[in-house]
Amino acid sequence: MTGRALVPGIAEGEVLALTEPLSFWGGLDPATGAIVDPRHPQGGHVVTGRVLVMPSGRGSSSSSTVLAEAIRLGTSPAAIVLREPDGILALGSIVARELYALEMPVVVWTGPTPEGRVRVEADAGSVSIGSA
Amino acid sequence: MMRAMPVELTREDRATIDGSNGEGAALAMRIVVGLANAVGAARLLDIESAHVDGCLYHGAAGLDFVRRLVDGKARVKVPTTLNVSSLDLLHPEIVRLDASQAEAARAQMDAYVELGCKPTWTCAPYQLEERPRSGAHVAWAESNAVVFANSVLGARTDRYGDFIDICAAVVGRAPAAGLHLRENRRARIVVRLHDIPDRLLLEPAGTAALGHVVGVAAGAAVPAIVGLPLEVSEDPLKALGAAAASSGAVGLFHAVGVTPEAPTLEAALASRAPEREVDVTIEDLRAARDELGPARDDGLAAVSVGTPHASPDELARLSRLIDRHGRPRVPFYVNTGRDVLAGAAEAAQALADGGVTIVTDTCTYVTPIMRGASGPVMTDSAKWAWYAPANLDVDVVFGSLEECVRSAVAGRVVRDPELWG
Repeated sequence: MTGRALVPGIAEGEVLALTEPLSFWGGLDPATGAIVDPRHPQGGHVVTGRVLVMPSGRGSSSSSTVLAEAIRLGTSPAAIVLREPDGILALGSIVARELYALEMPVVVWTGPTPEGRVRVEADAGSVSIGSA
Repeated sequence: MMRAMPVELTREDRATIDGSNGEGAALAMRIVVGLANAVGAARLLDIESAHVDGCLYHGAAGLDFVRRLVDGKARVKVPTTLNVSSLDLLHPEIVRLDASQAEAARAQMDAYVELGCKPTWTCAPYQLEERPRSGAHVAWAESNAVVFANSVLGARTDRYGDFIDICAAVVGRAPAAGLHLRENRRARIVVRLHDIPDRLLLEPAGTAALGHVVGVAAGAAVPAIVGLPLEVSEDPLKALGAAAASSGAVGLFHAVGVTPEAPTLEAALASRAPEREVDVTIEDLRAARDELGPARDDGLAAVSVGTPHASPDELARLSRLIDRHGRPRVPFYVNTGRDVLAGAAEAAQALADGGVTIVTDTCTYVTPIMRGASGPVMTDSAKWAWYAPANLDVDVVFGSLEECVRSAVAGRVVRDPELWG
């Protein structure tokens, strides 16, 4: 197994690979989907519609709400791919599905870093990330 | 390790999911179970109290969520305190939110109170009279409160955030995972302090700089810090944890000889070898200070202290410093909790007389409060220094509380070279 679904779902998008963890609270503007943490190496990039690959979550526990709000506004990533589990980001996605019936998979992936345009398929049993 | 079994539920957990305690409790239990499955928890455990961070207004999702709980007739099952909001209900005139935002923020606060939470509105619930006992399982949110509860109080909470905090409070259950479990509480890395004067390690700005270094070095790992003075009080430990939870994802640190689970380094490591050792010198603390907010030559716009919320001792110290150095020439803000303020009437009056604006129920970096000319804002808080540039679009100068007061009086940055070596 190289992957596990934290929040199941199917999504497709261009990979945006972050070289450092990002705190969504204080680091992502849910109105625009832009990374606004000036210290972050990928500051200024827009996560909207991307398959966001990041090492782990970071920092404030308010990141769940920022992610749920971004999903509500349609500015969120298409999917989040983590190297290690992060409950804070998983929750943002779980709640957005409860409230708005919008799906945004969150997976842990220990395989090779995906590149280009990929399709993420995650259910309770398995995760696949392949070229779209 | 990758394939997690679904969490095992009791009959009562299942009944809650099936709606026997109402729609709101069913929603709360679905979310607790969703998180339990995401983090691979084998079961749920009972919690004794909760601290809820979801009451800060970040947009419609947070309000939609709590309204869904209220509409579903949910009530908290354990004593539950509330974190900062977007408003200062004691000093409403200082918050400059537009009317529609303020209305939504107030509606969100009211909804949490309607669920049975206590209107404490503080990010430092460990400064309230009732604190979790050592070893108690609790569900605390707000990264600085989490790290304080785990490290200083010896209570057990994972790094909870918005939504799960109130869901755990409603069902009185939380996933048996993360820092609830003994095996995840042992230190993985050792941070050794070398030749750092005690004066700097007893000063919250000094331990905040240390916390910044620790957070970067540890990431989400549990660090054991060797070399803190044994008499270090809760305020410097609060500053250390808040900084480490901002620059990293630290939810628990051990200070050897100081914190309850670290009478010795061996105890903190549970007799295992550390994965890594990190050496920290006073040069590292100076570098952290300058990374958090370098000194500048131009004038200062304002000063903000009390992030996390100032303790009674910190309010008294600030009042003594203003008395000694004089009245600030730039706007000076101190954030604190309404309960702390109620018990510190004398210091509060002296601060107000000395020209300091007291902020309660919220914080200067989460809602528009600060006034002042253009220019950098000085703070003694690593957490404030970490988040304010993005939240408020300001430059930050980081320094000790006394440096903040002296700078505010001078209208420009004043450094204490003796403190930082």
